[in-house]
Amino acid sequence: MGKLDFIKINTRHIDYDKFDNRLLNFVLENEPTFHNCISCGCCTASCSAGKLTNFNIRRIGLSLRRGEIEKLNEELSKCMMCGKCSLVCPRDIKLRNVVFLIKKGIAELQKNKFQSTKIINYN
Amino acid sequence: MKHVVIIGGGIAGLTVASQLCNSNCKVTIIEKSNRLGGNLSNYTYLFPDFSKVEDVLKGYIEKVNSSDIRVIYHTEIHKVKREKDKFILESIDNVRINADAVVVATGYKVFDATIKEEFGYKIFDNVITSVDLENMIKENKIITSKGEKPSRVAFIHCVGSRDAKVGNLYCSRVCCITAIKQAIEVKKLLPDVEIFCFYIDLRLYGSNFDNIYLTAQRDYRIQFIRGRLSETSEKQDKTLLIKAEDTLSGRPLQMHVDMIVLMVGIEPNNFAQYMKNENYLHLDENGFIKQKNVHLERNITLEEGVFLAGTCIGPMSVGETVDHSKAAAFEVLKYLSRN
Repeated sequence: MGKLDFIKINTRHIDYDKFDNRLLNFVLENEPTFHNCISCGCCTASCSAGKLTNFNIRRIGLSLRRGEIEKLNEELSKCMMCGKCSLVCPRDIKLRNVVFLIKKGIAELQKNKFQSTKIINYN
Repeated sequence: MKHVVIIGGGIAGLTVASQLCNSNCKVTIIEKSNRLGGNLSNYTYLFPDFSKVEDVLKGYIEKVNSSDIRVIYHTEIHKVKREKDKFILESIDNVRINADAVVVATGYKVFDATIKEEFGYKIFDNVITSVDLENMIKENKIITSKGEKPSRVAFIHCVGSRDAKVGNLYCSRVCCITAIKQAIEVKKLLPDVEIFCFYIDLRLYGSNFDNIYLTAQRDYRIQFIRGRLSETSEKQDKTLLIKAEDTLSGRPLQMHVDMIVLMVGIEPNNFAQYMKNENYLHLDENGFIKQKNVHLERNITLEEGVFLAGTCIGPMSVGETVDHSKAAAFEVLKYLSRN
């Protein structure tokens, strides 16, 4: 596109076809319980950081599932690693470990260690 | 000998018939098609245990065939009349049958998905219904209109259910668990496929249904997105662009898929409408046949001597239908042995 980039309209759509799944796959491989989320919100309700800031751990998981990973690192800096989210999860997801893995994954991504494992490529 | 006529030869009618055989009454099943088994014989495997439909039906069909139960095929009843203690049933082709007691086991029909035009059924090639998918599963062959294996499939819950636009405000109950069952079956046949279920609520009411949900997430990597499909469009290569809101993140979402499966809901069968037109049996607010009491007398109509079995009163699983039909047989015997 180059010079014509200004024509592109930025929509609010989550575009699943432009999904960067590297970080998600890294988390799922190392913490398979993350598959089991039912978005009940218990984690967010009990979150110590969420009480004081707009930090929302359920949304972090959701953003990861939708391939939206740009702002995750900044968001996760609000987490105090208390682990209450893991204690209350009815599906027994090790959320504290998920937070660790996202941070670790982002660090590895920055070092370009991951290969994209994306299977489908829609144009 | 008293004569009991069962309208419908599906799992409900077969259950009532096999309960009534050897009980000193003459039993006749009136079936509108050319075979026994009803809607159930369109399926291959059943939730929640993936048991085979033929294993469930086989025993009942053998019992009916080996007993003196009479089966009349190709006969659709549209009128029921009472004359003193007897009933006269009349078919569309004017066949008349007399009975001492009538069991309505007329079942359901699936929602006609073409009514939801925006979903694209019968407009776009790769939009199919859960019934179409069941036929593909039966043949172990899940392919797109181009004959290729799909790499991404979306299941759309609540098609024709909980939708004022199509006049069905009720939940069809069994589609959520059927979607998960079918998603697992597709994943077993095509391990590389990506599957998304778009739901409003997941209504997994059975005691072992949530286990299957967990299995679907954990072992089959099936993904669930809370949001209803708003519209579908087709691209030149026959892939489909779908739009929904990801209600959990509060943003619109779009993705391309190779195939859409519409989970069509359960609707009252034509028989209910015939009865309404004849002003004979009453219907409930959803158009299913009205029970005398929804807690205590679920097999009894407001018309003495006419009994109800199975999904003619509303959506049910196979197990619930069999329970309900056995209770209907008991009510029939109680009625026939009265003074």
